[in-house]
Amino acid sequence: MIPGSFEYFSPKTVPEAVSLLARYGEEAKVLAGGHSLVPLMKLRLAAPRYVVDINRIDGLSYIKESDGLLRIGALTRHGEIETSELIRSRYPLLADAARVISDPLVRNMGTVGGSLAHADPAGDWGAAMLAAGARVLVTGPRGPRTIPMDRFFEGTFTTALQSDEILTEISLPQATKRSGGAYLKLERKVGDFAIAAVGVGLVLAAAGTCEHVGIGLCNVGATSLRAGKAEQLLAGKKPDDAAIAKAAEAAAAECDPTGDLRGPADYKRDVVRVLTARALRLAAQRAAGGA
Amino acid sequence: MGNRITVTINGTVREAEVEPRLLLVHFIREVLGLTGTHIGCDTTNCGACTVLLDGRAVKSCTIFAVQADGRTVLTVEGLARDGQLHPIQEAFHQNHGLQCGFCTPGMMMTAYALLQRIPNPTEEQIRWGISGNLCRCTGYVNIVAAIRDAAEKLRASPAPAGGRS
Repeated sequence: MIPGSFEYFSPKTVPEAVSLLARYGEEAKVLAGGHSLVPLMKLRLAAPRYVVDINRIDGLSYIKESDGLLRIGALTRHGEIETSELIRSRYPLLADAARVISDPLVRNMGTVGGSLAHADPAGDWGAAMLAAGARVLVTGPRGPRTIPMDRFFEGTFTTALQSDEILTEISLPQATKRSGGAYLKLERKVGDFAIAAVGVGLVLAAAGTCEHVGIGLCNVGATSLRAGKAEQLLAGKKPDDAAIAKAAEAAAAECDPTGDLRGPADYKRDVVRVLTARALRLAAQRAAGGA
Repeated sequence: MGNRITVTINGTVREAEVEPRLLLVHFIREVLGLTGTHIGCDTTNCGACTVLLDGRAVKSCTIFAVQADGRTVLTVEGLARDGQLHPIQEAFHQNHGLQCGFCTPGMMMTAYALLQRIPNPTEEQIRWGISGNLCRCTGYVNIVAAIRDAAEKLRASPAPAGGRS
């Protein structure tokens, strides 16, 4: 399959890239890892006249802690997150999610920023970053701004990004001694999109109650979803079996799956219930254990 | 319309004028005439088109040739050297790590990258590592055996014969 013709730019700086996007507007597309964009172009579902390849911009690929935040450069590949010692040792939610995204070859190219900007409800980072309470940093002609994750996804493949803005960084609260997380995905076979997946980010108070809990749901709605009602049920409570069961039922009730080749809607809803309970238990164990 | 690119492929610097929409796999096969890299599914699933781009195993059907400008590519043709098979190729040969052979170049390139990162992988690490490469003959048992054997061969002689990446 051959994509349509386009003009190719490979800017060296973010301002250069932004000015190209400002000039070409909706006719331009940003190429990051390209593992959503290129398949869409090959199928001619996307036919941008201008492609702005941001891979030659230095300084957009990093994983670091600073100012109480974990900061991940938008061009960081899934595989770099998967193999990062910092992520493995301190951010189990992200470590779990990174290793179940597609397959190792795709993870060598696909980027976390590209995945979020593509806004596929089946994208694992959307649910994981909602659970993590992340924010994205974007830059446009009017300068940088941050967007909280739960205001980022506006619809399927639609985000709060303007056509002249580039996502440059994802940040989330730095791990503490009592934070934990988990990302559990049910897939038909390794490398597939999720039947459903659930991410949990959890911080326990000294008393063992939930100081902060984030729950993100993957591929069970028009966008990546945050299970806000389930989160509220747990806030300030101990994550014991009864509380977890109630939250899991709430998450199942607030998702909105459609039946497709991965299963009927009621099945997916029940998968969300089961995975939410399991992910909460695992996250609570990890938070209690300091991981 | 054309973009001038320079790619170091299997140790040789090649220059060409390409359309931006030309995929890396088509550049490798049709412009450079290196047909060892196969096109299987053409939809980023099967891994038959796997090559190493700056040392990382990637699916060349999902990358534009212009993205490889100034970079280094290793294909299956770059494994053997001076008529001597690379230890990975030897291991696939000796363990019958193939049936029809269509997935084999991609499988070996993924194995090459895997063994550079993990010289002594467990069976689980091998199976996880090749999970983006499909063998529709279902020859996975022998493929895994071949990669284990290749790992041993490479550990026994740390300077592999080929692999000019």
